[in-house]
Amino acid sequence: MPADILLAASGIRKHFGGLAALSDVSISVRRGEIFGLIGPNGAGKTTLFNVLTGLAAPDAGSLVFDGRRIEGLKPHAVAAHGIARTFQNIRLFGSMTALENVMVGRHLRSHTGVLGAVLRTRAAVAEELAITRRARELLDYCGLAERADDFARDLPYGDQRRLEIARALATDPKLLALDEPAAGMNATETAALKALLERIRQDGITLLLIEHDMKLVMGLSHSVAVLDYGEKIAEGEPETVQRDPRVIEAYLGGGFA
Amino acid sequence: MNIAALFSDRRYRWFAWGAVALLLLALPFITEAVLGRSWVRIIAVSLLFVMLALGLNIVVGFAGLLDLGYIAFFAVGAYSYALLASPQFAVHWPFLLLLPLGAAIAAVFGILLGAPTLRLRGDYLAIVTLGFGEIIRVFLNNLNRPVNITNGPQGITLIDPLQMGGFSLAQTHSFAGLTFSPVHNYYFVFLVCAALTVALSLRLQNSRIGRAWVAIRDDELAASAMGINTRNVKLLAFAMGATFGGVAGGLFASFQGFISPESFQLIDSIMVLCMVVLGGMGNVAGVALGAVLLTALPEALRYIGPLQQRWFGGVLVDPADLRMLLFGLALVLMMLLRPEGLWPARRRQAVKRNTDAG
Repeated sequence: MPADILLAASGIRKHFGGLAALSDVSISVRRGEIFGLIGPNGAGKTTLFNVLTGLAAPDAGSLVFDGRRIEGLKPHAVAAHGIARTFQNIRLFGSMTALENVMVGRHLRSHTGVLGAVLRTRAAVAEELAITRRARELLDYCGLAERADDFARDLPYGDQRRLEIARALATDPKLLALDEPAAGMNATETAALKALLERIRQDGITLLLIEHDMKLVMGLSHSVAVLDYGEKIAEGEPETVQRDPRVIEAYLGGGFA
Repeated sequence: MNIAALFSDRRYRWFAWGAVALLLLALPFITEAVLGRSWVRIIAVSLLFVMLALGLNIVVGFAGLLDLGYIAFFAVGAYSYALLASPQFAVHWPFLLLLPLGAAIAAVFGILLGAPTLRLRGDYLAIVTLGFGEIIRVFLNNLNRPVNITNGPQGITLIDPLQMGGFSLAQTHSFAGLTFSPVHNYYFVFLVCAALTVALSLRLQNSRIGRAWVAIRDDELAASAMGINTRNVKLLAFAMGATFGGVAGGLFASFQGFISPESFQLIDSIMVLCMVVLGGMGNVAGVALGAVLLTALPEALRYIGPLQQRWFGGVLVDPADLRMLLFGLALVLMMLLRPEGLWPARRRQAVKRNTDAG
């Protein structure tokens, strides 16, 4: 496998009863790019995300991430390898503040156990301070500095989406997988999101993006893969994919042809 | 100006804590003078329940795992102490060894309960834990045949009090003109232990571990995707909760001098859960308050018998029945008026506010 491939999924199959949610899907995401995953509703995009992040085990196929096999690992182990994700239907820790949500994201990269917490050892105190500092930085990075002490549940929709990104970034991911980050956002919020995603990429994090906003996904992505009925029907540069007749038929509809 | 405000705040804090400490130190003597020695016993027991309720609060309040068999860990701690410090096996180990040992055994039982129930939540978990609590009690009740281990329903008697060298808490001591009866002695030991439990709970709550617990309570799937090993963190919650229960059980056994399976029934599990819910799930101070109130309230309602005698010249309703009736009524009323608990957690309030608005 070439060294510039960060994630290679090959022959991924996932069936739910008689329904083939994914059949023989293969994608490869290059290091440092923004990879768009598109397709009509029910095409299997979120299922592929779930397989990638350990929330669902594939029936067949292999996943190689950063040179290591990760298929079938538990979600927390996948996160430890460096894949972080957001959810299509936002899943924040509602009873925690924005800051605490991001602090939870640091769990993976910190070590204080029961003894350290109870005895409040010097190392534990220092680590807690570092966690808080890093979480504040990330809130600031995602434009949520003012919201640090608000409860996640009380935040407006767009802020909740960005908080999910901040929380995911706190795990120090190599790959950030975003499931419809712009869903429900207005034009201004989408523009801000686009700038944020660009910045994240420039800071060296590879992005995998499920998105229905065509302008956003085509404008951002370096490569795009199209899923339809659990099969990959096209992969390549956005311009090429957009002209692919199968894609136009399956996804964009007759009006674009 | 800012520094001055901080300074006065700090002084105020010292004063407040000093006042609370003084009050708690003087409480058994004041109580004995006003209400009699039986009430000193009640407040001592209420401190044991503070420990129990805070232990359960880790499981239910922090990690959101509904446990209806929590009293089993209290039983495990109590029996660990009783079996190794009584004529039952004619062994008399020192309490400094037995209390940590009881805590460790209870923690193992916590993991034994936690491991098979990792996939369960809510109602289903509640039913399994309820069964677990009953299994422990039934075991204790029947482990007298063919080999007599627990002495069955007769329970274990003549359990050693807390003692060190020649100094026993079961004796009356005099110090600085004050009389320390055994109940007084135990009150102070329990006070120290309860204060430690409060401190441990607070430190755990505001730590990486405490955040992980709340995260799996709020959204287990998201927590695992954020790199939290939900299996380990849940088992840790069960083990920590059980540890508190185990220590409280050991103290209980030494205090009573007698234990039997009858002390560890389902109603006791539910009572501890009531303390957690009613005090304010997830809030350490609220749960401690709930424990004290729910220990004292049924005792206070004992005065209903004599009151009936005085007012009506006879006992119209059996005081035992009326007592539980009024207790139930008080619980229902409190839940109606303050559903999030007497002293709710900051987080719960926020959630409540939000669901009300939405």
